Amino acid sequence: MFYQRWFKQRWILVVIGLAIADTLLSIWIGQQSYRWLPPQASAESMLVDDLFCLMTTIGSLIFFGVVGTLIYSMIFQRAPKYDTSDGPPIEGNLKLEVIWTVVPSIVIVGVAFASYQTYDGMKILGDIGPKALGMATANAAPMTTEVVKTDPIEVRARQWAWEFYYPEQAVSSTELHLPVNQRANLKLSSEDVLHGFFVPAFRIKQDIIPGREIDFEFTPIREGRYRLRDSDYSGTYFAANQSVVVVESEADYQDWLAIAAAQSPTPAQNRAYREYQRSRQNPNGGGWATVEPAAPPVVNYASSDEESYE
Amino acid sequence: MSNASMEALQPSLQPQPGAPDNWKRFFTFSTDHKVIGIQYIVTAFVFFLFAGLLAMVMRGELLTPEADLVDRTVYNGLFTMHGTLMLFMWTFPMLNGLANYLVPLMIGARDMAFPRLNAAAFWLVPVFGVILTASFFVPGGPSQSGWWAYPPVSLQNPTGNLINGQSLWILAVALSGISSIMGAVNIVTTIFRMRAPGMGWFKMPVFCWTVLAAQLIQLFGLPALTAGAVMLLFDLTVGTSFFNPELGGDPVLYQHFFWFYSHPAVYVIILPIFGVFSEIFPVYARKPLFGYPVVAVSSLVITGLSGIVWVHHMFASGTPGWMRMLFMFTTMTISIPTGIKVFAWVATVWGGKIRLNTPMLFALGGLIMWVFAGITGIMLASAPFDIHVNNTYFVVGHFHYVIYGAVVMGFYAAIYHWFPKMTGRMYYEGLGKLHFVLTFIGANLNFFPMHPAGLMGMPRRVASYDPEFAFWNVLASLGGFLLGVSTIPFLLNMLSSWARGPEAGDNPWRAIGLEWLVSSPPPHENFDEIPVVVSRPYGYGSDEPLIANASEKE
Ligand code: HEM
Ligand SMILES: [Cu+2]
Repeated sequence: MFYQRWFKQRWILVVIGLAIADTLLSIWIGQQSYRWLPPQASAESMLVDDLFCLMTTIGSLIFFGVVGTLIYSMIFQRAPKYDTSDGPPIEGNLKLEVIWTVVPSIVIVGVAFASYQTYDGMKILGDIGPKALGMATANAAPMTTEVVKTDPIEVRARQWAWEFYYPEQAVSSTELHLPVNQRANLKLSSEDVLHGFFVPAFRIKQDIIPGREIDFEFTPIREGRYRLRDSDYSGTYFAANQSVVVVESEADYQDWLAIAAAQSPTPAQNRAYREYQRSRQNPNGGGWATVEPAAPPVVNYASSDEESYE
Repeated sequence: MSNASMEALQPSLQPQPGAPDNWKRFFTFSTDHKVIGIQYIVTAFVFFLFAGLLAMVMRGELLTPEADLVDRTVYNGLFTMHGTLMLFMWTFPMLNGLANYLVPLMIGARDMAFPRLNAAAFWLVPVFGVILTASFFVPGGPSQSGWWAYPPVSLQNPTGNLINGQSLWILAVALSGISSIMGAVNIVTTIFRMRAPGMGWFKMPVFCWTVLAAQLIQLFGLPALTAGAVMLLFDLTVGTSFFNPELGGDPVLYQHFFWFYSHPAVYVIILPIFGVFSEIFPVYARKPLFGYPVVAVSSLVITGLSGIVWVHHMFASGTPGWMRMLFMFTTMTISIPTGIKVFAWVATVWGGKIRLNTPMLFALGGLIMWVFAGITGIMLASAPFDIHVNNTYFVVGHFHYVIYGAVVMGFYAAIYHWFPKMTGRMYYEGLGKLHFVLTFIGANLNFFPMHPAGLMGMPRRVASYDPEFAFWNVLASLGGFLLGVSTIPFLLNMLSSWARGPEAGDNPWRAIGLEWLVSSPPPHENFDEIPVVVSRPYGYGSDEPLIANASEKE
């Protein structure tokens, strides 16, 4: 019948219209996703943010599609008040079930592949590993603008302080200075428990394992001061175990190294140590037993822990 | 199914020798699976309230950036005990309670396979509950190493005592493991051996499938956790060096032991909730479960996959790049059977005759929050993105959407749905809806803001934080307090309805299922005569009878 055909066609048009609306909304949300993250201060952050944008777009598409359908049912397919009859006894639909198995599988493989590419591009631990696994590493070109191989800066984590040691200049510091647009090479080690090296603006993180030295690399691309946080729970003063990363021009960086090298080592400020001493003077604070914090690090360059960051 | 044939299926009320209204039974070593089920559920709920109170103190601390409300050591003890109690004293016992109560009724059995083992497994729960609670009062306070108890932090023992919060914690977790293994052996055996005649695998309700899938995980996974816990206990108390790097041990090895069980454990938790969704949507949409055989089997697929993905919790740990990539791929595959289930539920609801009463509202709300959690889950499975958000509030937001959004909401759905069966009384719909609204708003207000905070770089497990995170934390805290308030209408509703709610009748929802054929509450051994099952479980809209012997009784 004419009316039926018209109705059916209109139905299809409505569905297509909604699908387009869902897609547009999802693309818009995906674009917004960049703004939910800290500034892009490393080459890695750009890769990660693009991946997050992709996943946010796909995720929004699925979320609004599924939830929109459910909400439509909840509003328009309610049983009338005294209607006790049942709905149609539909038990399944092979075609539909095949579609909703195959299409998501393809999408998932796509997301996995994009993630692989991203990780491979970051190379934070160097190359991915055994080529025997048969994984292609085609785009092995490093992202650095210039490659300067220097001895890695030693990152020493302990309960609860960060100490950075520049072996070539024999400089120690409680803040990490890095030259912009150069591959940063770090050697991470811990003197006691697990810690985590985390700089949100760089989108990178690595647990630090006592008894191991971990080579870690990334490329800062934006000058500024950034927060460095302990990310793997390390006991009582874990939350206070923070520092800053200063990314500066090559010239400023060399100046800083020179100034630091000229200073004689002094004890730095240390929040955990200070809080612990205060709680010992006032034992009625209501705390439980704690591991004693290490004494404040004695370094050439000590930053005050009140300093700003982005 | 028409009303007439529905009523024909109901056997006449049996005399009830077990006197279900005799409340003293709930304090004894009863071997009745229904008593044990309710014992589990009530015990679990008490600990839910206790652990929730700890969470509210934590949210109070996080209202401001400084660590000012409680000492840092106290905060660390609070989040450790909050997580531990919520998992081992609330989620697992609650699920065992549901499984205990429902599985024998749903498969047409008179009790569980091993009733005494069943009671023993339950009575271990208050034992380790007391041990955990007691750890608040030993010198040095409770464990402060988080629910992962990662060494070396968990091996640092500032009091020097042999009996300390950490060793009590390990003892409790080991006992919990033993109790869970006892429960799993029992439930798996019951499902394999005690189904009523005619109940082939593909006539079994999906809840039973999911419980089976979940309990199989307990059987293969718990030995790893228990081994890890015992080694940790030795390191802590007698100075062995499995995990202690100072003595040449490897702390990352512990992480493998821990997550080899604890990732599958998240599926122990969610699978039965998938079962609850699969039971509830057909009843209140009056349609058969869409794609029933696939939904049933995908539970076992998830069980299999859940055993090969654990390293996704260690993407930022001391793992090499190839291992991160390998486990990224395996983790992503798990979203396929999960997605199939979600689409099947949506198709079940679609085109139905929907009734939005309390169980349905909780199930739908739970499903919506689960979809969100699944999407953030896939994001986390992507190793390069996870490296940014690992150990931040983004992860905390993800798993609370799962565990509060889907699991707790699913529990509530189940409790309201089967409350008339368990007690013979009806709950008050108005209070139920109020409870739903408060819970849904509270959960989203509490857990959504954790995602932006995590993306910005706020680490988890912190008593103090940088001021830029304050806005999201204030919102989250308000949501947390609202969740606290939301339990009040629930408690009022349950207590007053159980005491003097209106009589519910045997099948107030006109639901199809063996449990709805017996009286409410069911008699001591459930079935006078074991039913013979002749149809698939969700025959809404068609007139086939579920069981054969009903007609003889007419
Ligand atoms: C689509 C399915 C899911 C995927 C792909 C997924 C993925 C992940 C990943 C990769 C992590 C680790 C994040 C990190 O620590 O950096 C994680 C954490 C977590 N997930 Fe999921 N997840 C899924 C579903 C679930 C379910 C069903 C549950 C529980 C019932 C759950 C509970 C948790 C918990 C508790 C954690 C955090 C554990 C902790 O760190 O304390 N997730 N999820
Ligand atoms: Cu997991």
